[in-house]
Amino acid sequence: MKEKAGLTGRGKRMERAIMAVPVSLWMVLFVAVPIGYIFIMSFLEQGDFSAVKLAFTLDNYREMANPLNLAVFGKSIVIATVTTVLCLLIAYPFAFFVAQKSTITKTVCMAFVMIPFMVSSLIRLFSWITILRRDGILNTVLMDIGLIHAPVQLCYNMIGAVIGLVYTLLPFMILPLYSSIEKLDPSLLEAASDFGAHPLQRFVKVILPLTFPGIFAGIIMVFIPTLGLFFVTDVMGGQKVQVIGNLIQNQFVTARNWPAGAALSIVLILLTFLFIGIYKGCGGSMDDLGGV
Amino acid sequence: MAETENIVTISHVSKSFGSNQVVQDLNLEVKKGEFLTLLGPSGCGKTTTLRMIAGFETPTSGRILLGGRDVKESEPYDREVNTVFQNYALFPHMNVYENIAFGLTMKKTPKEEIKRRVTEMLTLVQLEGYENRRPDQLSGGQKQRVAIARALINRPKVLLLDEPLGALDLKLRKQMQFELKRLQKKLGITFIYVTHDQEEALTMSDRIAILYQGILQQVDLPRNIYEKPASRFVADFIGESNIFYGYVSEKRGGEAKVVLENGEATISGTAAEPNQIVYVSVRPEDMVFSQEPKDGFTLFGTVKDVIFAGSVLKTIVELPEKMEIKSYTSPRAPSSRIGDRLYLSWEPGSAVVVPTADHVTYRTIDNPVFAPEKRRDGREP
Repeated sequence: MKEKAGLTGRGKRMERAIMAVPVSLWMVLFVAVPIGYIFIMSFLEQGDFSAVKLAFTLDNYREMANPLNLAVFGKSIVIATVTTVLCLLIAYPFAFFVAQKSTITKTVCMAFVMIPFMVSSLIRLFSWITILRRDGILNTVLMDIGLIHAPVQLCYNMIGAVIGLVYTLLPFMILPLYSSIEKLDPSLLEAASDFGAHPLQRFVKVILPLTFPGIFAGIIMVFIPTLGLFFVTDVMGGQKVQVIGNLIQNQFVTARNWPAGAALSIVLILLTFLFIGIYKGCGGSMDDLGGV
Repeated sequence: MAETENIVTISHVSKSFGSNQVVQDLNLEVKKGEFLTLLGPSGCGKTTTLRMIAGFETPTSGRILLGGRDVKESEPYDREVNTVFQNYALFPHMNVYENIAFGLTMKKTPKEEIKRRVTEMLTLVQLEGYENRRPDQLSGGQKQRVAIARALINRPKVLLLDEPLGALDLKLRKQMQFELKRLQKKLGITFIYVTHDQEEALTMSDRIAILYQGILQQVDLPRNIYEKPASRFVADFIGESNIFYGYVSEKRGGEAKVVLENGEATISGTAAEPNQIVYVSVRPEDMVFSQEPKDGFTLFGTVKDVIFAGSVLKTIVELPEKMEIKSYTSPRAPSSRIGDRLYLSWEPGSAVVVPTADHVTYRTIDNPVFAPEKRRDGREP
């Protein structure tokens, strides 16, 4: 085909190349350059007054492996796992329920999922605190109806951090799940019933396997951001809960050690690549991640 | 007698979706071991009827009995019927073996038995060696066989087939028609088959039920459906027909005189009463043309078109009143040319009288029967 295309083919290639310029420029300026900058910085020494010294070193990576950091890494993975599982348990029934509804109900429900994005997530997190704190709405109501006798600590701890993370990341679980559940061919569900599958069997044998791409994409979309969402753990977890994002923030803002922060960032990026690599290795499609 | 036992009884079943009545007061009995076809144009309610038997839709009113038991309360997975879906609906995440084994797996049948029965099914539908293929690695005909095997393995009392051959090309469709019929005879399972393809229905069925606008028009043997249509719709829908409108003027013995727009014709073998308004249907292959007028009823017209269609030569003749008459002859018979003027007639026994519920009350030259704008039944001529 390339041979036959001749001049037109070349013209087309030119056209395509020109069309790709804005996107390429964007990617280079806002993705490649900053990451390259961080990458280089991670091999430099810390200078005086928070600057960097132009001297090559691997110390930033070596020092990262201290027990304190490793504990945060471990805990981050635990927090991310818990958050992902909770998001999945909440989002799946919701997405499944919405996907069965009429077009208009679907649109309205999905709009409700999206609308909170228009408000800064910090503001939304602070409003959660008014609900969750010791003298907040939830504790007051629970005490009034006599379910609890003393206020329960629901924020500024691990519970608060997880609530905040689940709340912030839930839409990223709902969207891929919804799109894969909505694509389910109703005749396959009918076929399952027709051939004797009870509702539970039908779910396990047909619905779950067929919506697995959505589940997988949702897991990736929630798990990876959780590792880096430092402000959620800051606001909702007090100073007690840390994810990898908090470590990076500490190095850049508090310790003023930019090369160390850069090295941590690179490790987080590599972790992300690792998870996406596993995802692709298991047959996950990149379209499911981006095409939601 | 097990042979004549009704396996499915549909009694006064109606189904509406909102204000849209899809099936109206349907009564139908399906005998055990029978191949019954629900035939009709799209939107006639045939698929809805099938889905009500399967349990995917609930009748708005009326009862459906399966093997004598009312199935109103039972879910699709409890009914001893299985469906071959229009788009096959094979599970894309399972291979051929797992697809066919699905029903037995759900029933927790022992692995050994599943293996034996799946192998049996694969032999039956001639797909040995395809166990590990995924549905997307199969051709249309192979998917169809898997869908049939997946349904038959459950040994259903009734197999429901929803336009199963619709997506196949003509040659494969003909072959599958033959294979399905062979399977049905071999296994003795009752088939309820939905199609809009009349040729398919005539070829395969023991009986055909014709539905139109949610109303059952006729249930009969294929031959009777073709030769003795019970309504104008059936006469028009099955095969091709020249349909005339008129009333019975006289009846003597087995012969009736019918007054048509174009004259008075004699037709034998009809139950229509004098004064009854009737349609007269004449198959194109029964239309005879000649250069000279024949005794009795004759039409006169001009050849408008001559079409060679392989096994038949279609001659379209236009009558002075603009009505078009189709006449099919063998291509080897002498053919006419466009513009030829000729006479058309038929044997008294080859026309079919389709009675209506209406009668003429007076006979004058401007009888309302022949003034379409005054026609009492409001139907098209």
